[in-house]
Amino acid sequence: MTTLEERPASAEIGQPRRRKEDAHFITGRTVWTDNITLPGLLHLAILRSPLAHARITSINTAGAVGRPGVVAVFTGQDFAETQGSIPCAWPVTSDIVNPGHPSIAVDQVNHVGEAVAIVVARDKSAAQDALEAIDVDYEPLPVVLDMEAALAAGAPLVHPNTDSNRCFTWTFESGAAGTGQPIEEVLQAAEVTVSRRFVQQRLIPAFMEPRSTVAQPDGEGITLWSSTQVPHVLRTLGALTLGIPEQKMRVIAPDVGGGFGGKLQITPEEFICTLVARKLGKPVKYTESRSESLMSGHHGRDQIQDITLTARRDGTFTGLDVHILSNMGAYLRLITPGIPLLGAFMFNGSYKFDAYRFVCDGVFTTKTPTDAYRGAGRPEATFAIERIVDEMAVELGMDPMELRRKNWIEHDDFPYTTITGITYDSGNYEEATDKALALMGWDDLRREQADRIARGDPVRLGLGISTYTELCGWAPSRLLGVLAYAGGGWDHASVRVLPTGKVEVVTGTSPHGQGHETAWSQIVADRLGVPFEDIEILHGDTRTSPRGWDTYGSRSAAVGAIAVSNAALRVIDKAKRIAAHMLEASEDDVEFANGTFSVKGAPGTGKTIQDLAFAAFAAHDMPEGVEPNLDADATFDPVALSFPHGTHLCAVDVDTETGRATIRRYVCVDDVGEVINPLIVDGQVHGGVVQGISQALFEEAVYDADGNLTTGSFVDYLLPSAPDVPSMITDRTVSPSTTNPMGVKGVGETGTIAATPAVVNAILDAVRPFGVTDIPMPCTPERIWRAINETSDASEGERP
Amino acid sequence: MTQLRVTVDEVAYQDDVEPRLLLVHYLRDRLGKVGTVVGCDTSNCGACTVLLNGRSVKSCSMLAIQTQGRVITTIEGLAAENGGLHPVQQAFHDEHALQCGFCTPGMIMAACDLLGENPDPSEAEVREGIEGNLCRCTGYQNIVRAVQSAARTMADSEQTAGVAR
Repeated sequence: MTTLEERPASAEIGQPRRRKEDAHFITGRTVWTDNITLPGLLHLAILRSPLAHARITSINTAGAVGRPGVVAVFTGQDFAETQGSIPCAWPVTSDIVNPGHPSIAVDQVNHVGEAVAIVVARDKSAAQDALEAIDVDYEPLPVVLDMEAALAAGAPLVHPNTDSNRCFTWTFESGAAGTGQPIEEVLQAAEVTVSRRFVQQRLIPAFMEPRSTVAQPDGEGITLWSSTQVPHVLRTLGALTLGIPEQKMRVIAPDVGGGFGGKLQITPEEFICTLVARKLGKPVKYTESRSESLMSGHHGRDQIQDITLTARRDGTFTGLDVHILSNMGAYLRLITPGIPLLGAFMFNGSYKFDAYRFVCDGVFTTKTPTDAYRGAGRPEATFAIERIVDEMAVELGMDPMELRRKNWIEHDDFPYTTITGITYDSGNYEEATDKALALMGWDDLRREQADRIARGDPVRLGLGISTYTELCGWAPSRLLGVLAYAGGGWDHASVRVLPTGKVEVVTGTSPHGQGHETAWSQIVADRLGVPFEDIEILHGDTRTSPRGWDTYGSRSAAVGAIAVSNAALRVIDKAKRIAAHMLEASEDDVEFANGTFSVKGAPGTGKTIQDLAFAAFAAHDMPEGVEPNLDADATFDPVALSFPHGTHLCAVDVDTETGRATIRRYVCVDDVGEVINPLIVDGQVHGGVVQGISQALFEEAVYDADGNLTTGSFVDYLLPSAPDVPSMITDRTVSPSTTNPMGVKGVGETGTIAATPAVVNAILDAVRPFGVTDIPMPCTPERIWRAINETSDASEGERP
Repeated sequence: MTQLRVTVDEVAYQDDVEPRLLLVHYLRDRLGKVGTVVGCDTSNCGACTVLLNGRSVKSCSMLAIQTQGRVITTIEGLAAENGGLHPVQQAFHDEHALQCGFCTPGMIMAACDLLGENPDPSEAEVREGIEGNLCRCTGYQNIVRAVQSAARTMADSEQTAGVAR
């Protein structure tokens, strides 16, 4: 097989190619699921529970049934025997409690927004209007909102078929695991101990395209168009759960308008559409409103983190003890219980420890289920470690950057096996940090900060640091097995050189904004020596792309792209054999450059890859043992994760009179390994950082005391608009990953993972002189103002 | 039902519509102008933005009947008939100002309106000008860049046109 070293020099990889997918988006020639119409298409509307916790005592649908345009009305009872449960693919412990998750509630509702009844009508407004004519009698049950109260003895149960609201307890301890010393000994011997409680507020992924599904039944089979990140997972788990022969189930993810983990799900709505379409034998469509999306699409984060960091007096870290409560919400969805555990291997961040313990309790509440949201477990972990390192610096009276330098994994230490037992592949924290400090003008900002304090300026300057490491490229299938995940982590690709020399590439990744059509084309163009424009990337349809694990967890470049590259290299391998045969030369004497195979030392003898594609198609004279057609498949299963890292620096102006924090300068230097397309990588960083900033400053899903989501529209759930966020300065270092042949690491989540603690650390740096040691997120003007004015250290009327 | 006469992307239409029909549903469901999308229902996100007599409106918060006798331009009617992109469309492509593309039609229409009012906006003015349009992917940075770049292109072509005159 052709090795990587023999590949032609890169003309495409590393270039800022403008995206080929843009053309149809900028002209409005898009195919969102909601755009799809079919002959006889019916429209579906969902009646949702207005109560957080209640028994359904009766449902009267008679008023809706006879209304104009209404075709059918269904309740949970109609599907009680057929709907099964929304699958949870990650039962993290052997004794995990999974109460089951019906797509339509049958006799009890457990969160506001849960589906209770379905109207099917000839048009969408008729379906929606008829919802009002359905009468549901509820018998309210006590709501369960607070995680600690939920775990207390005698707490009301979310699910009557369980004996506690505890879903699971998952533990890692370095002494027991043999990856370090016993944590208790290290804690007891500690010279300096800092303990904090941080709260990761509940967030909503808030992709811009509301979720939508069209289901078209066909005999035993069905075709689903859905706004999903995971068409392959949906096909297999849909077939398994609903008893559809998998070979007769086709899932298509057309243009998908963002996901951020929010569409990494098998949704009740997808199953409801499937069940209804099969029952009626007619195609149906459901598109959610934004309020439905915010209420019933899964949420993210929502953890209480108790963290203790110990160190010697010289600042050397010794132990890290983490206990988190992780809010599952009312049900387990696709990977709900696994999300906090993705952070288990990241609380240690960029640093060395003698001992580590991580204990996570999953807790049921009567809120919307949680699951993946950009970063998924890793932003939570990064926030906690980067925040408490700053607190330790204060405790020790050390500069926070010096404390980081003292404890991080040095460049010469890589590959480095951390206290969790995972091996970081490569990194250069020193270089990334030095570059970031220079770009930031750090020392000048520090001087300005001191000046402002000295002159009693009411607008204080704060400087925040986040030197993060994250784990990307989900995932080695073997590792997923160890973690009790039900699926694999490989990905698949086919490269087909068509008779005319144009190229079709099939990928198992499922992009929804990441630019795979462009990036994968760059890879194939380089490998095959064909023009970028001649390559078409096929994805998101299980009929044309039958194998794959889709797009999430910063996996597409680190796994899917490698499969694409390997398949292309296999095409070259095959082409070389055909070329040698046609050129009557030994394979060893044939060389390949710029799309042409020629005999060494005999220029002008060449066969282009296009010539060879036609020859292999006609197949008049194939070499012995070589099959017709110029194509190849590859499946790549990584041997290990990859570990991007970087240094993010944030300068924030805090107006101490109004409490408003404004980001003044933001620098990020990220190391995501080799870069396929810098334009796309920068775009991922920009968007990721803004989502991280947004957790720090703006977003929070809020429930009232009755369990109602009060942030149920974009009027109340605050997404930042353009004036709310800064332009940032991005740069990179490149430490190629050693766990895949292209040296790429993954970039989809880095910004979100890195940014939040940089911003909060900056705000605290600004207000620490007032005695403030923590501000809950989001750090709104009110919270910052209260922290300044209600902290006991801050003396009345006097400003430190 | 009320009769609506309206011009959309240079085609004149005459349709009977329900008085409660929202403009965006008229465009999408009756005319098949599905390039214009619905993102939020509360006029916060701006994904449904179109131009009405040259000024941007959120088509989810306007009744179809309110456009009586007027001229609408959607994302589908922005490019020249020969397929030549509008400078704002071209700039969005050149500056990588879109990722998932869902907010893009509305964002481009809002940018067109902004540049009509202020042909040379500063970064802060661009940010204020597109405040009514949400994007969850790009962090706005490249959108701001694209709008400023389109402004330069449009100024240059104005100048060229001026010289030609």
